[in-house]
Order: sequence, then structure tokens, then C-alpha cells
Amino acid sequence: MTEYLLILVSTVLANNFVLVRFLGLCPFMGVSGKLEGAIGMSVATLFVLTLSSVSSYLLSTYLLEPLGLQYLSTLGFILVIATVVQLTEMIMRKSSPLLYRILGIFLPLITTNCAVLGVALLNVQQQHDLLQSALYGFGAAAGFGLVLVAFAAMRERLAHADVPLHFRGAPIALVTAGLMALAFMGFTGLARL
Amino acid sequence: MLTAVLTISLLGTLFGLGLGWASRRFHVESDPVVDRIDALLPQTQCGQCNFPGCRPYAAAIAAGEAPINQCPPGGAAGIRALADLLGVEPLPLNPDNGAEKPPRVAVIDEAACIGCTLCIQACPVDAIIGAPKLMHTVIADACTGCDLCLPPCPVDCIEMVLRIPVPGGWTRPRPAPAARAAGAAAGTA
Repeated sequence: MTEYLLILVSTVLANNFVLVRFLGLCPFMGVSGKLEGAIGMSVATLFVLTLSSVSSYLLSTYLLEPLGLQYLSTLGFILVIATVVQLTEMIMRKSSPLLYRILGIFLPLITTNCAVLGVALLNVQQQHDLLQSALYGFGAAAGFGLVLVAFAAMRERLAHADVPLHFRGAPIALVTAGLMALAFMGFTGLARL
Repeated sequence: MLTAVLTISLLGTLFGLGLGWASRRFHVESDPVVDRIDALLPQTQCGQCNFPGCRPYAAAIAAGEAPINQCPPGGAAGIRALADLLGVEPLPLNPDNGAEKPPRVAVIDEAACIGCTLCIQACPVDAIIGAPKLMHTVIADACTGCDLCLPPCPVDCIEMVLRIPVPGGWTRPRPAPAARAAGAAAGTA
């Protein structure tokens, strides 16, 4: 139990995927302009990361390892992640139009997010079992969502702030991201995994 | 080596077939009225109707949120076709949306082009090719003549010229929807 809690704390705070591992920076800068978009992206990422870490664990344990094909894991993971995301999108479109409208455009975008592949590969590297893999993916996405929503909230305020001309837009956003990363360094000793 | 090739090919085929099956199994019917309205719109994606493209405008017409007279590229003929389809009175084109113009095509003065890529970003149908600091050019077949590339050009090197039909590329204008339906009925009888 402690171990599972440790995985969650570690991925959400101490080893935050965005600010400590620097994965998934593209949507972090790209989708953080508006709070609603950031929330939609966070929920979609939560969904995809959990699903993809489970499916890539299954692929790696039951197909690649018995055949001795671990060197193909990157290719195989991309294949399985893309398929799972596409399938989820189709099912979601059929069964829940509301959810599809909220997450729809973000789902295919996330497929190419490096955090998704990063989680799958780190799961193999750290030899997690099925539940640990799922939790690791869930925690990574929760950490991503936390940071993304906080960052979007800050950027919405920054849009109205009196920022010096040459810092407006991307520069001040990058400075803010840097300061956030500094703050998250404070969690470093909290969990070691 | 052979196992690797076989595994990846098999996985790819399996996933492909699975997705193909799923796309049929979970196929969502889109609104047929929107499809039919969209088929009558000129697909210039110019945004002069104040909607982001032809399909959003078609959806708005179908939902009764927009009148049928907001499409300048479609012109009077387009409004008449829409009125026929929807069973309403044709309206004159709303002048707020622009005036009807003959079909045109964008031409870039390639000597003056500075390669800023701004027109490429503005083009709704990706009919302009080029790269940063290299000359751009318009794919005439793909250009819808929507004028959207004119405002962003910093050196005003894009000109709209009349599209002159060449004999090789000329196609018979499509019959009106009513005539098409009658023709289909006659064909099956």
C-alpha cells in the first residue's frame, strides 16, 4: 500500500513529468492559454496515460519479452498507444457525445505527446507490475494536469498584467514555467523511487 | 530478425483490421441535412459568412441559426439551390457578407515574394506552397479564390485574377439538385 502511495506522490510531485523530467512540454506551453482548454487536456491525458501504460505493459510482458524483442518496445508502444487512442475516440464518440465534445480534439493530439511514450518506457525500465504501471501512468497524468491547470490559471492572469513589452507572450510564459520548476524542486526529498 | 519483422507486421495488420472494424461498428451517422446543405456550398472555406468554414455554416443553417443568404462565393445560384433544398423563399445576398464575384484564383508575383509564409498560414485549403525565405506559389487547381491570403501579405504581391476556364479542364456544370433527383428516378425506372 505504502509503495503505491509512494508511486503517486513521486509522479505527481517529486518527479513531476513536466517540471522535473521535462516530458510533455509541447502541450504544456501550447494548451495552457485558456483554463477550459487546460482542464479538457488534463482529463484527456489522465484517460490516455492510464490506458496506454496498461496496454503497453501487456504488450511488453506478454509479447515482446517472451519473444526477446525488447528492442522493439518503442515501435510497439507507439503502435499500441495510437490504436488504443483511436479506438477510445471512436467508442467515446458513439457512446458519450458530451465527453467527446470536451475531450474530442485533445485525444489524437495526446497520442504524439512524448509523456505518453515516456511513461510506457519508464514502466518497462523500472520493472513495474500491472497495477504499478497503471498507477504510474495515472500519477504522471495527474501531475501533468496539476501543473497544466495551475500554469493556465497563471497565464490567464498574466494576459491582463502589465508585462514589459519585450516579455509579453512566450517569454513571460517560459519565465513562469522556470519559476514553477524551481518551486517543484522543493518536493525533491519527498519521495525517492 | 524474422520474428521481429513478423511480430510488427502482424501487430500492425491486426490493429489496422481492428480499427477498420471498429470504425464501422461505432460509425456515427452525421446529420444528413447538414451533409446535403454542405454539398451545395462552394467549399471555398473563406469565412465570409462569419462562420469558420462551409460545414459550420451548413450546420448553422440546418439548426435554423443562420439565414441562407450569407455566402457570397455561392452567389444567387447558391442561394436558390439552398432555398430549393430547404423549401424556403430565396433571399437576396446579404451585402454585409460581401458581393458576389466571378471565380478567381490567387497569383503570387514571385519576383516580389519575400518568403514570409504568412499567406500559407492564412490559406484555408493549403493551396499555397513554399518555405521560409523561399518563394511561394499557388496551386491553381486547389485555390478557391477566397481572398484570405491578401490581407496578411506584407509586400502585397498576391493578386486575384479571373479564372479562365481552359478547354482541357472544363467540366459541364452540375445540374440543379431537383434535376439530379429526377434524373436518378428516371434512371432507376
